[in-house]
Amino acid sequence: MVPTFIEAIRETGHRSINAVWRIGMATRFFFLTLVYSGNSFRRFHLIVKELFSTGVLSLIIIVVAGLFVGMVLGLQGYETLRRYGSESALGSMVALSLVRELGPVVAALLFASRAGSAMTAEIGLMKATEQISAMEMMAVNPIARIVAPRFWAGVISMPLLAALFSAVGVLGGYFVGVIQIGVDEGSFWSQMQAAVDFRDDIMNGVIKSLVFGTVVTIIALFEGYDAPPTAEGVSGATTRTVVTSSLAILMLDFVLTAIMFRGT
Amino acid sequence: MERTTLDLWVGIFVVAGIAALAMLAMKVGNLGTYDMSETYQVHAYFTNVGGLKPKASIKSAGVLVGRVTGITLDTQRYEADVEMSLDKRYQFPKDTFASILTSGLLGEQYIGLVPGGDSEMLKNGDQIKMTQSAVVLENLISKFIYNKATEPANPK
Repeated sequence: MVPTFIEAIRETGHRSINAVWRIGMATRFFFLTLVYSGNSFRRFHLIVKELFSTGVLSLIIIVVAGLFVGMVLGLQGYETLRRYGSESALGSMVALSLVRELGPVVAALLFASRAGSAMTAEIGLMKATEQISAMEMMAVNPIARIVAPRFWAGVISMPLLAALFSAVGVLGGYFVGVIQIGVDEGSFWSQMQAAVDFRDDIMNGVIKSLVFGTVVTIIALFEGYDAPPTAEGVSGATTRTVVTSSLAILMLDFVLTAIMFRGT
Repeated sequence: MERTTLDLWVGIFVVAGIAALAMLAMKVGNLGTYDMSETYQVHAYFTNVGGLKPKASIKSAGVLVGRVTGITLDTQRYEADVEMSLDKRYQFPKDTFASILTSGLLGEQYIGLVPGGDSEMLKNGDQIKMTQSAVVLENLISKFIYNKATEPANPK
């Protein structure tokens, strides 16, 4: 009885130490990436190449998802607002929920599963096939050559993807609300413009997506860099990337919303 | 992939992202609708501002002419001091009347300006002397109930 109890406590301790160790390693990894990123700006085509695989290839999923989220918002918002006779507020409802929350959050979740998992798998496989060790042998810093360009590509493309998501979502809401259901077009846009503030809503959404982009990219890169160099190791790291970054996005979103939008 | 095609696609992506941001700012947000660059500040005391909030609109004849920039309590007079910034294009006489109104039955509160007949115009930092406070629904209802109670029962 007592030995199993002690064993359980020991297991908890081991897991806690492991978790703290990993957080510390990830933070150290983050700072190393920042330190070595000077080189990747000098060789900008490395970032451009990664921008293609993280940003351009995520475009389709982001645009399609944004369109449908906006259309659903239009439908559901109309059904709810109609009860209070305020269908004209549909535009401001759709725009505010997209710009403040859904744009940054859903785009970041899609980005984590589309681009983040790919990054982890790529770097994990590079490690498993000893490409990273080979680079070290050739005195090429793998963080500067592999990690930093991917990091900056993620940080740059995330706000652009979130803005695209919101813009396409507003168009989707417009399509359903105005063209299909027949909400007045003038009140749709004017109520939206009256409700959405550039600094308070749009810029805060951009800041949110910058934070999410940084966190998702660094989690994906760290998991890949830290993955055990086996087939199972890489697959486990890919799964952990999606799970950890999704949870991080949702928790950080709560914290950021509490800081940004309290009292307004 | 060819370097130039890569650059082209990334260029399209970046331009589309920036265009989306610009569309959000101009078409969805309020950046394109109201330019607050040329403004002048005036302030006014109200005994009660009700539900008026900073950034509420200021209208004259239904036209948006400015925004409320700040609401503070003046502890000398125990009245609300409302700071407003008005568009430079719209000049108002010194004896302009400011009242807190509600758009619709449950809508937002805003400040309505009714110009007076003075030949002198309001300048930066001036005070609007004549004001009317917000209508507080509770006070109105309690007054109504009080009047009903003091009426003689069953006037026949």
